[in-house]
Amino acid sequence: MSTETLNNSSHHPVEHEEEHHDATGTKLFGFWVYLMSDLVIFGSLFATYAVLMKGTAGGPTAAEIFELPFVLVETFLLLFSSFTFGMGVLAMNAERLGQVKAWLAITFLLGAAFVGMEIYEFQHLIHEGFGPDRSAFLSSFFTLVGTHGLHVTFGLIWILVMLVQLSTKGLTAMTRPRILCLSLFWHFLDIVWICVFSFVYLMGVL
Amino acid sequence: MSASSTNAHGSVKSYVTGLVLSLILTIIPFAVVMSGALSVLATVVVVVVTAVLQILVQLGMFMHMNTKADEGWNMMSFVFTLTILVLVVGGSLWIMQHLHLNMMIG
Repeated sequence: MSTETLNNSSHHPVEHEEEHHDATGTKLFGFWVYLMSDLVIFGSLFATYAVLMKGTAGGPTAAEIFELPFVLVETFLLLFSSFTFGMGVLAMNAERLGQVKAWLAITFLLGAAFVGMEIYEFQHLIHEGFGPDRSAFLSSFFTLVGTHGLHVTFGLIWILVMLVQLSTKGLTAMTRPRILCLSLFWHFLDIVWICVFSFVYLMGVL
Repeated sequence: MSASSTNAHGSVKSYVTGLVLSLILTIIPFAVVMSGALSVLATVVVVVVTAVLQILVQLGMFMHMNTKADEGWNMMSFVFTLTILVLVVGGSLWIMQHLHLNMMIG
């Protein structure tokens, strides 16, 4: 069925392999279900934003505060980080530990740059007096985009933890499923960001 | 099940294809909105269509979601979640829209 199965079964007893194999599948599916519940959270926040986006209370509108070139750079950072994580998973399937760590490190840097830009944007808005307390629109905007940014931040922490575990434990039956779950988490956050830049930023300036 | 089938489909080629398609599907809506070349309605259509396409590209080529992994349970749980999302997002907008209209009349 897969190269992984074929590779592993050539130097492991079959029974052990199937056990490990099923456990990984169960872990991944469980994590997938968690991601689906996370999707519902983001869906509620998008709904909240859609309902409140016209409620500017005399404050700035979306078109007045969003800078699209800035958002485009953020988008590219996250998209490339999603790609580099994919390369990391491929390196893991090819049993190249050093490459896995290198790709994860690159992913971390891209993700950190994204979070840095978002913190700069938030800090800039708050400094201008357009913080979450200014209007319903800004409250929902900060909640939605901030929740995504918080997820990315936790993803960054998870990447650091995995880098440490890869250094101490290597690629084992423990660390592999964790890398795979983290890759799902990271790709998922990029998909949520597609909705953020499309429906919040791009639609906002129309 | 899904561990192997999830990753067996991943290759450098599929990730590069996913990346290039995502870049194109990102640049198109930004270019359309920033240039203001199209009418508002046409712009909204372009943004929504490219967003949906990019989500499908990334689900398929980065997350390797398909109907076969875990006997389709990944896909089934995703479809179920989409149903919930349509109810939550669509329902909220629908109700609040009507509430808004009623408040304006009253």
